Amino acid sequence: MADRILNLKSIGSRGLKNAVKGNEYRREASISYGILIIGYILLSLGAATGLIGHNLQGQFVPICVYVSLAVSLNLVVGISGELSLGHAGFMAVGAFSGIVMERMLLAHMSFEPAVMILSMLFGACMAAIAGFIIGIPILGLRGDYLAIVTLAFGEIIRNFMNVLYFGLDENGHLKFAFNHTIEGIENSQRIITGAIGATGTKTISTFNWGLLLCIFTVFVVLNMKNSKQGRAIMAIRDNRIAAESIGLDVRKYKLMAFVVSAALAGMAGCLFGLNYSTLVPLKFNFNTSVLILVFVVLGGVGNIWGCIIAATVLTILPEAFRQFADYRMLTYAIVLILVMICTYNPTIKARVTAIWNRINPFKKKGGDKPKKKKTGKEAA
Amino acid sequence: MNFLTNIISGLSLGSVYAIIALGYTMVYGISKMLNFAHGDVIMIGAYMSFVMTQYIGANGWIALLVAMAVCTLLGITIERLAYRPLRGTGSLAVLITAIGVSYFLQNMALLIWGANPKMFTSLFKGMSPVHAAGGKLTITPESILTIAANIVIMIALTLFVSKTKAGKAMRAVSEDNGAAQLMGINVNQSISLTFAIGSGLAAVAGVLMCSAYPILMPTTGAMPGIKAFTAAVFGGIGSIPGAMIGGLILGLIEIFSRAYISTELSDAIVFACLIIVLLVKPTGLLGKKISEKV
Repeated sequence: MADRILNLKSIGSRGLKNAVKGNEYRREASISYGILIIGYILLSLGAATGLIGHNLQGQFVPICVYVSLAVSLNLVVGISGELSLGHAGFMAVGAFSGIVMERMLLAHMSFEPAVMILSMLFGACMAAIAGFIIGIPILGLRGDYLAIVTLAFGEIIRNFMNVLYFGLDENGHLKFAFNHTIEGIENSQRIITGAIGATGTKTISTFNWGLLLCIFTVFVVLNMKNSKQGRAIMAIRDNRIAAESIGLDVRKYKLMAFVVSAALAGMAGCLFGLNYSTLVPLKFNFNTSVLILVFVVLGGVGNIWGCIIAATVLTILPEAFRQFADYRMLTYAIVLILVMICTYNPTIKARVTAIWNRINPFKKKGGDKPKKKKTGKEAA
Repeated sequence: MNFLTNIISGLSLGSVYAIIALGYTMVYGISKMLNFAHGDVIMIGAYMSFVMTQYIGANGWIALLVAMAVCTLLGITIERLAYRPLRGTGSLAVLITAIGVSYFLQNMALLIWGANPKMFTSLFKGMSPVHAAGGKLTITPESILTIAANIVIMIALTLFVSKTKAGKAMRAVSEDNGAAQLMGINVNQSISLTFAIGSGLAAVAGVLMCSAYPILMPTTGAMPGIKAFTAAVFGGIGSIPGAMIGGLILGLIEIFSRAYISTELSDAIVFACLIIVLLVKPTGLLGKKISEKV
């Protein structure tokens, strides 16, 4: 019965709007893919002509990683409407399982694209399993309690990474130890050494893989948003009790969003892990989860292309202003607070919008105004 | 004796968590926001006390008072400038702003005091440790005074909230913001007062914590902040006795898992206990049940 009602597209005002405006999806998809491809071309051109310095070129893969992390977190925060503060945990699971897989595969074969794809898939699977285990117990919790539990799980995952030891023995077999070092393995054959993290990883991540990952993530999230399941998830977000009363399985749909988001974060984590020859578990702490959440909120909760732009700009800017080392993070903090106040405070927002309308030459198509309106409405 | 020593250090650490958790729990109770900048207010408090004793040469207790005054002002300012414009706009916006404030305070401290860790001189320097059980058990003055401070603060705060006019106003605002306003309660003042008390206590907690663990860095407050927040949720966020119980239990769990299970995994065990408690009692040990309206 629930399915029939869903097919009739009659629950949730937003679900209805999206369904009736079938081209809403096409618009969002073309903007998102367009931004990804234009961004890719611009950055590649910049790198080829030498306009973009060496330091910034090193940020290309992390940019892609953060873009896909932001898009995948948007599935939980924007579409499912749950606040998650542990996204870096899934990233960590993906990164470390991907690294272990890569080292095992490289011991047996040398075809890098296959190694990359298999590692990413493995990272995604492990992160999905982690998301499933975490998701089952916690999705009964509400709001801020769910946020604090995801925070706790993120920290637990990071803590476990601190006591994991992986290595290859002389036959190329995987050895594993928990809470103590593995005896009899040379340094070069150690894969993960507790708090020191992963060492000796062969860095096979490239910008092209990053673009593919971003496109894949956007594809999955956009299609999910516009599927029957996605509309069910949004209906639950908009009114849990109403959705429950027409027979939607709240836990199932929430879990679905959570697991898909975790799997995508795992893939992104894997790309991140294979981009550095050494990687410490400390990288995946609470601050990283918060950073991804900032991308989502500044890009617009539920807005896919907005968070692509936010993730890119907010990764490039701190890097580009590295010469002002001491002041850049301070400025970042102030800008963050100001942007939040300007976009969410009704009085200040009205004033900013009025000024913007006066100076904006394209009144209807201006990129800034509708975006702000949307974020404000969704937060309410 | 080892066991007793662990209990005492657990209670002492737990008392620090409890005092920090009070700030979280009161702020959450009154304005329903997760104030992630609270941990950094602790750090600022500890730095202020450090500056007073090291650079100016003040007495430790005067330094503590100055730190409390500065943090109280800081708390009121943060609330006025960053949180008040966003009141009533949903938890996500305020959460991100709180994170922005936290970044701001950390980077401010980094600019002023640098990234190098500072050695904090204990507030209780010169007091001799207490020997009990025929000299087998040594209790540091830090532990005794931290536990004592926790008890005093807890009693004072409970009395304040239940007996005084301002305290009752605070409870009324946290119960129903709009109705409280209709009854002639100044909501803004009540919320400012809550932030002032919470931040002042954060300064006390910072000084006590750095007396026991004397390394001071711009990120010193972050992890205790998260743990104290966990303690507040553990005990039931919004409840003052809950913060105390949550803090003490968390401190004991942390010290015992460090002593008997694994140092690296102690944080994981603390957070796992939180999750178990929330699964059994979704609003924490002493939290109020939320009824759902259709």
